[in-house]
Amino acid sequence: MIHLRPLVLSEFTATSCIGKGVAATLASLAAQRSGLKHCDFETVKIDTHIGEVAGVDAQRLPENLGVFDCRNNRLAELAVREDGFADGVASAAAHWGRRRVGVFIGTSTSGIMQTELAYRARDPESGALPRSFEYGTTHNSFSVADYLRRRFGLEGPALAVSSACASSAKVFGTARRMIEAGLIDAAMVGGVDSLCLTTLYGFHSLQLSSLAPCRPFDIARDGISIGEAGAFALLERISDQVRSDSVLLYGVGESSDAYHMSAPHPEGLGAKRAMLAALAAASMEPGDIDYINLHGTGTPSNDRSESQAVTSIFGPTTPCSSTKGATGHTLGAAGALEAVISALSIQNGLMPGGVHTSRIDPTLTAHYIKENRRAPVRRVLSNSFGFGGTNCSLILGRAG
Amino acid sequence: MRLVGYIDGIGLLGPGLNNWLQAAEILRGAKAYLPAPTVLPAPTMLPPAERRRTGRVVKLALTVALEATSSAGVDPAQVPSVFSSSGGDGHICHEICQALALPAREVSPTRFSNSVHNVAAGYWSIATGSMAASNVLCAFDASYIAGLLEAMTQIAVEGHEVLFVAYDTEYPPPLHAKRPIPDALGVAMLMNPDRTPKSVARIEVALTDETADRMQEPNLEALRTAIPAARSLPFLQLLAKGTDGRAILDYLDVSRAAVQVEPCS
Repeated sequence: MIHLRPLVLSEFTATSCIGKGVAATLASLAAQRSGLKHCDFETVKIDTHIGEVAGVDAQRLPENLGVFDCRNNRLAELAVREDGFADGVASAAAHWGRRRVGVFIGTSTSGIMQTELAYRARDPESGALPRSFEYGTTHNSFSVADYLRRRFGLEGPALAVSSACASSAKVFGTARRMIEAGLIDAAMVGGVDSLCLTTLYGFHSLQLSSLAPCRPFDIARDGISIGEAGAFALLERISDQVRSDSVLLYGVGESSDAYHMSAPHPEGLGAKRAMLAALAAASMEPGDIDYINLHGTGTPSNDRSESQAVTSIFGPTTPCSSTKGATGHTLGAAGALEAVISALSIQNGLMPGGVHTSRIDPTLTAHYIKENRRAPVRRVLSNSFGFGGTNCSLILGRAG
Repeated sequence: MRLVGYIDGIGLLGPGLNNWLQAAEILRGAKAYLPAPTVLPAPTMLPPAERRRTGRVVKLALTVALEATSSAGVDPAQVPSVFSSSGGDGHICHEICQALALPAREVSPTRFSNSVHNVAAGYWSIATGSMAASNVLCAFDASYIAGLLEAMTQIAVEGHEVLFVAYDTEYPPPLHAKRPIPDALGVAMLMNPDRTPKSVARIEVALTDETADRMQEPNLEALRTAIPAARSLPFLQLLAKGTDGRAILDYLDVSRAAVQVEPCS
């Protein structure tokens, strides 16, 4: 594992069911407010809870990019308008040059809902999909990255990482390598995943959806609540002007489980390997981490294996929690959303307690916190794991 | 930092291209190219229960990945990987969208698990026991170079070997009309930061504004433009010929990639 130079998150923003932009997100975290509600999405009839972002359907894309119109890209557009993020990207493009800024976005289902809708409108004779349906600019995984690079006129390398629920943590690793190799000087990274029928019915078919709002680490936890989010960061090389309260990306660690497509390794060996790799990349010891933002989906198996992995490295005292009780599991956007939450935790000295969890499962030995803690937070480790046994841990921290 | 690496093993499977050795003969002009439907073998490296669940994407990616790692003589369990594909499993996507358009909306749990874009990387990890990192990318028609740049930056920055697998399969009707990929094609390379006794060629990759190379043989040129992973063909042709050269490959609308090839013989 090679130690790489840290990068600065010179801009970041997040939009999920707990708020548009970082101020609203922070306010919800501070109030331990959840954005989950009973599922009333589209025509879906499943007894579960969801985290829906308000106003996605009403969002319009710029006219010249109309071919990208779909719920996922509307959510991306809605999210990049917050916190002056769009201005920050434009400044970076002007400063470094359009060719020197990359776009790396994580998504699991992209705009697949366009295809779901198109399949309801097939020609009764020929079975053909409607003429108006566009695959490449909506459904395809690259669509959201392509939309954003065109919207901002960025001409550097661009791609989507689509490795299920670890997708938008892994984009930080890709950006870091690209910058370190000198191919680019800055990168827009993030994750966008939107509610759709494939994931709502799919997780339901696997019996992984919770009836009640999800309760990570609770003794009665029974699955996930699916949410949606758009979260972004602008990563740049560190300049001399970096402020001591700036948030830096110190480490990225990745691994695979080699175990099962839809179940985590029972002892969390893959998760452990990713966390250790992140610590090594950051040249840090477990004791350097003040708070862990868990993957913490709320399924019995995920929380059990993650708790074992965390305890095996950090012991039973490092405070940790999952913010998915508040935001829902935003799937391919979770890595970026929770990276932004980690950045907010660092800047505001807030360890967000896990909401909806009432009685912590006594067999889970990690130090799960239910109540908010106000304390200096210098370093945060954030976990994201996904189907296919793909794992990614990020370490963020204060510059000074 | 220059993006330099050594290719220690190659795997290839596509329409009328059955493995790298046979395809190399065609690409160097020693044999005629006869287009024929891609024949995907069963992934015998997976346990029977898992094997039955796998679709064409997994069969394709595992076959070329195994060919590349075997010919390089490496233990796949130790090698980080980059998987890049222009789309997921089109057949599974079709089945799910079809089910969701019916009143009952009964999605098969196995199909849903296998619908993730990283399905091939997941099964590769299970089949080889590899716990190494695996990144799974999509850049639509630019997916080949997106994957190559990721692999080359891993080599350059992290200094470890990388298995790079690029693969695409067809969508069935009615999606096929919207995304007309005709058949399956995959190409895999085991790449190293340093020259080894197995090294076939040294390559250096850079972005460029030059125009992409075309294949002279009309059927191979048709293949190059029809399947995103086949955008690699001008590069593969240099490797097959075993000569020094430079291939310009399609990437994004605003840029191409130049691959400088020097054989290691």
